[in-house]
Amino acid sequence: MKLTRFAVAAAAVLALGFAATDASAQMRKVKVATEGAYAPWNFVNSAGKLEGFELDLGAELCKRAKFDCEFVAQDWDGIIPSLQAKKYDAIMAGMNITPKRLETINFTTAYAAGAHGFLIQKSSSLAKLPGGEFNLTKDLASAEKAIADLKPMLKGKILGVQGSTTNLAWAEKYFKDVAEIREYKTTEQHDLDLAAGRIDAAVVAHSAAKATMETATGKDMAIAGPAFSGGMLGLGVAVGIRKEDNDLKAAFDEAVKSAIADGTIKRLSEKWFKVDMTPKS
Amino acid sequence: MDFAFLYSSFLRLIAGIPLTLQLAFSSIGLGFCLAVLLAAMMRSRLLPLAWIAEGFVFVFRGTPLLVQIFLIYYGLGQFRPYLDEMGIWWFFRSPYYCALLALTLNTAAYGAEIVRGGLQSVPHGQIEAARAFGMSGFTLYRRIVAPIALRQALPAYGNEIILMIKATSLVSTITLMEVTGLAHKIISETFRAFEVFFVAGAIYLAINFAMARLIALAEDRIAPDLGRAAATIEMGKLSH
Repeated sequence: MKLTRFAVAAAAVLALGFAATDASAQMRKVKVATEGAYAPWNFVNSAGKLEGFELDLGAELCKRAKFDCEFVAQDWDGIIPSLQAKKYDAIMAGMNITPKRLETINFTTAYAAGAHGFLIQKSSSLAKLPGGEFNLTKDLASAEKAIADLKPMLKGKILGVQGSTTNLAWAEKYFKDVAEIREYKTTEQHDLDLAAGRIDAAVVAHSAAKATMETATGKDMAIAGPAFSGGMLGLGVAVGIRKEDNDLKAAFDEAVKSAIADGTIKRLSEKWFKVDMTPKS
Repeated sequence: MDFAFLYSSFLRLIAGIPLTLQLAFSSIGLGFCLAVLLAAMMRSRLLPLAWIAEGFVFVFRGTPLLVQIFLIYYGLGQFRPYLDEMGIWWFFRSPYYCALLALTLNTAAYGAEIVRGGLQSVPHGQIEAARAFGMSGFTLYRRIVAPIALRQALPAYGNEIILMIKATSLVSTITLMEVTGLAHKIISETFRAFEVFFVAGAIYLAINFAMARLIALAEDRIAPDLGRAAATIEMGKLSH
């Protein structure tokens, strides 16, 4: 009698165990890394929780792909090496697709695209930089002409830029010969130094610059000069994935496409950036 | 292991060595002067002077160097109008001077305790003997107290010098591109953290190996009877 009861109990435990494995097989666990210091893309709110465009979008994409997603914060300069080291499975951190990064990791279809430029103090002489919009992919020649026109005005200035970014690669390629370039760990740090007057301009994504301008640090700041996009500045912001994870890429690709098609990205983008950042194909 | 890559990383990282050494040696030199002053203050009969020195050591030894660097650089950066008024903003505008200041104050706090320990270890009998010979004040310090204190303090101070060389790796957080800052930059371009940090570690190891030899030489030189060469013999004698 006792033995039977034990057998029944054991069978029940086993059955429960199998049921649990079954459920987790349906919902693949996916760990997504973000920086948590790049408002409004992703940041840590006053309650200490991750928040932002990519947290909202990530939840939406995971729902569509039927993934059980967990977001973790990771310092920007180690974000790709840690993906390689399998500390997580995907990156959603305002990261642009670039040929250089594609040598190491893979990207899904872009879920956002925006312009890059200079953030300055309103009182600065750089406030008079000429405007305009230039795409490095579509018309490199006129973009480079606009850059050449900027050079004399940036002569002897100090530019702050976050390390390991497309902004840094771009600034180093075009302005290293005329200006001093300082590298920062986070955009918040170069914003502080711009406010203090240690640097003359920050090279930034306009989306992040607008978020800075709404904070106390950035109340006297403005975006100056032309808006640049495409080319080495990036082919759009996308989910970063290890090269071998093709099924993960396929699932996220599908989710991103459907979120673009039904206007979800437009809606979230307007919520967080006040403008539509949907990539234009 | 990819030796070509290790070598190319090495070639790029050595560009950061001058800044690493410059920061380390300037801060150790300035820090030592400040440490001697602080140690003198701590032994002073004027209690307020002793309290100021002890308070300084308490604060700078009790908080992380990284926090001190951030406070001096980003913290003071927010008080630009006042610093401008005082005419010292040019100093705090520069990340190099901010780093140098933080490193100097930090090592001075540790150095002060080491120097104080050295001074306290001078046997009273030696001082009385010197007095009996008519020495006093500066002569007493130069001939008797300072040499004995230095001998006692040097092993601990050597430790501090090596710690400071490694501590310079923190200044990359305020945009200074020394060896560690360059290592981060190379990693961000190549995504090969292991190899690059391996080379960076080897560079620090080489610098500190040379430094440790120099310190050992200095120890033998100023105190042949206490130095490492003599240590084994002394130990033998003591056990009998």
